[in-house]
Amino acid sequence: MIDWSGYLGLILHGALVTIELTLMGSALAIVMAFLGGLGRLSRFFAVRALATAYIEFFRGTSIFVQLFWAYFVLPVAGVTLTPLQTGVLALGLNVGAYAAEVVRGAIQSIGKEQHEACIALNLGRWQGMRHVILPQAFLVMLPTFGNNAIELLKATSVVSLISLADLTFEAQVVRAQTGNTLVPFTTILIIYFIFALAISWAMRRLERRMARGLDGVRV
Amino acid sequence: MEWDWNFVWQIMPTLLEGVKITILATLLGSVLAAAIGLAIALARRSPNRVLSRSVGFAAEFIRGTPLLVQLYFIFYVLPDFGILLPPMVAGTIGLGLHYGTYAAEVYRAGIDNVPSGQWEAAKACNLNARQTWTHVIIPQAIPPMIPALANYFIAMFKETPLLSAITVLELMNQAKSVANTYYRYVEPMTLVGAFFLVISLFSVILLRWLERRYGRVEY
Repeated sequence: MIDWSGYLGLILHGALVTIELTLMGSALAIVMAFLGGLGRLSRFFAVRALATAYIEFFRGTSIFVQLFWAYFVLPVAGVTLTPLQTGVLALGLNVGAYAAEVVRGAIQSIGKEQHEACIALNLGRWQGMRHVILPQAFLVMLPTFGNNAIELLKATSVVSLISLADLTFEAQVVRAQTGNTLVPFTTILIIYFIFALAISWAMRRLERRMARGLDGVRV
Repeated sequence: MEWDWNFVWQIMPTLLEGVKITILATLLGSVLAAAIGLAIALARRSPNRVLSRSVGFAAEFIRGTPLLVQLYFIFYVLPDFGILLPPMVAGTIGLGLHYGTYAAEVYRAGIDNVPSGQWEAAKACNLNARQTWTHVIIPQAIPPMIPALANYFIAMFKETPLLSAITVLELMNQAKSVANTYYRYVEPMTLVGAFFLVISLFSVILLRWLERRYGRVEY
């Protein structure tokens, strides 16, 4: 009989690393999403081209390839990152590119009359965006951001392949040490599923919180 | 370390072998996902509560957990139960099952979009359930969802590098093996990225064409 108590610590440590990666990756992703999404709507061609190139590049190649490229090629180019930094960078930039399209779509979905109202009130471009357009667009983005966050959570399992000790990596360690495959893999599948449920629950809460005070504005 | 074109031409045949396997896995996975998705969508509409609820939960679970862990599960855990699958078969099943749950949502939306008049007409023509599905509903539901399905199959293509983790010799794995043989990572990893970017960009063009050809809903 295998004594599982020692291995539980390993799995819990892996769960913490996965949470850490998901949170930091999401933070970077949301920054990149707004930079990329607003960049694509810029007045200046250069900014638009840069944002489009970023989005198409990161959506066109897979997260796996980006992660390996960052892990193996960047050190040769003289940039040394820890596996955790590499993971956060690849996850954040990849999911950020997908979320940038969400930001662009949500901003474009806001009616023309809102833009006209901004002009009528003599708001500048930035003021109108900040006080009128974005607060409404953000509500449209939230549900898709929730899906993006779950995609990011699932993508964190890939970092185990660049020797970062997340849930999947620790499950492999447990498998190697005990020879039992069913218990570690089933356990982490359930943990990932609970994390995914937690994200969608938190997003629904946030959505309800953000919608408060906007009744009658949006249909 | 600089870019070496001679090395690029030397490793190109090996990488092209990998590209073949990558494309084969994507095609097989797509066929399987399309079939599994339809089965899940039909099961979820079943009047049998136990069937529809349990299939619904299973699909939710598969969608909330990482593909990599599912691949490990199929490849490492199933042999404990006497099911020993070759890597390529395990990989195809993993891809098909994971993306089948996404495809199921596309089918659901497609079927819901068939106007209720069509159901009533089928009933008026005295068609039984099987005839209604095969002759009336499915032929009308499928064309509008082709672009959305193709979108998921492109996403699947970008996830095929995960198969390298269960020893399938696809593009990523070939690149890693040549990189480890010659101890040069820059060229193989960059080429893998370039291959993925080029194939993705071509498939996006194909997707745009599919959208124009099938995306419109006409009644």
